[in-house]
Amino acid sequence: MTDHAATSPLTQRELIEGWFMEHRVQVLDLAAFLDRLERARELDGEDDFRMRSVRAALAILTDGEGDRVRRVQMVFSDPDTTLLDSLDRKSAFGAHDAEA
Amino acid sequence: MEYVDLHAHMVSRTTDDYRAMAMSGCVAVTEPAFWAGYDRPGAVAFVDYFDRLVDFEPRRAAQYGIAHHTWMCLNPKEAEDRALTREVLKLIPAYLERPTVLGIGEIGLNRVTRNELAGFKDHVDLAMAHDQLIHIHTPHLEDKWKGTKVIVDTLVADARVQPQRVMVDHAEEHTVEMILGNGFWTGLTLYPVTKVPPGRAIDIIEMYGPERVCVASACDWGDSRPLAVAELVLEMRRRGHGDALIRRIVYENPIEFLSQSPKFALPDRAGVVAAR
Repeated sequence: MTDHAATSPLTQRELIEGWFMEHRVQVLDLAAFLDRLERARELDGEDDFRMRSVRAALAILTDGEGDRVRRVQMVFSDPDTTLLDSLDRKSAFGAHDAEA
Repeated sequence: MEYVDLHAHMVSRTTDDYRAMAMSGCVAVTEPAFWAGYDRPGAVAFVDYFDRLVDFEPRRAAQYGIAHHTWMCLNPKEAEDRALTREVLKLIPAYLERPTVLGIGEIGLNRVTRNELAGFKDHVDLAMAHDQLIHIHTPHLEDKWKGTKVIVDTLVADARVQPQRVMVDHAEEHTVEMILGNGFWTGLTLYPVTKVPPGRAIDIIEMYGPERVCVASACDWGDSRPLAVAELVLEMRRRGHGDALIRRIVYENPIEFLSQSPKFALPDRAGVVAAR
């Protein structure tokens, strides 16, 4: 891993002053989304692979080990470079289903 | 600030978007051939599309002082059909002779199938045979990492390919190192949701530096922002970066890459007074 220390020209205090509010609302949006899932009329997606990825990503955010965005990207990624024999679908889902 | 949007699908945008882009500083766009959001019914539909890219769009852009150049290919989302791919490949050499065509693109992979990779290699062969620049689409979302890896490994294994003549686009945090580390140019496409918004693109620029890095709106028929490069300029200033670095990213770098094609040109800004 490349050392990216001090590559931001702004101080921590300056970054917080400038961007706290927009990231505060992103945290609240995610919290509200998780609450909304619990309030759903039917609890039919609790083991959805996309939400498993979100839970794994959230653990990375708080493990204190840094390099968060790249590691979260890999949580959502298919790590297998084996070519598919044929096209199964056109679009991506946003998360890899390791159990599919 | 003047900028070049290296990746913009203007066939999907309105004339008002050209106007807004010009007013925000855009002086040139390059438009890779891509998927229309649905599969085309046959090769003749590509003729119609390619004709628009080399004729109508340059004229529409010129009304707003924007230079329009383009890239030719059958995009990876339609490359599963090998027969169609072969038909379209036969059409492309004639278009490579047109004055605003810079090279082959955006080729690449989508779901990373055998046929997609075969089509990708066909296009690389075509680019090598005609000494063309290459513009590459890397897959979306969960397929991004594996597709980028297959593309980079394929190109590195091909001794004919000069990495400085290849733009591997749609990089993100988990793919940028493998692209730049192998000598390719890379693009950060500024989508609001599915790729990198300006804030994260600036993070990547801060961490990896400006060498061989470009940005683009990649505006198309989906959720995208034709003024995304101007938004990045604004955000880079907020983030404490000086205009010299910003200009390098949005103007000098794309010109350096694109000028490897002798056909690339910026609009003539001398005006009629200079001609008298």
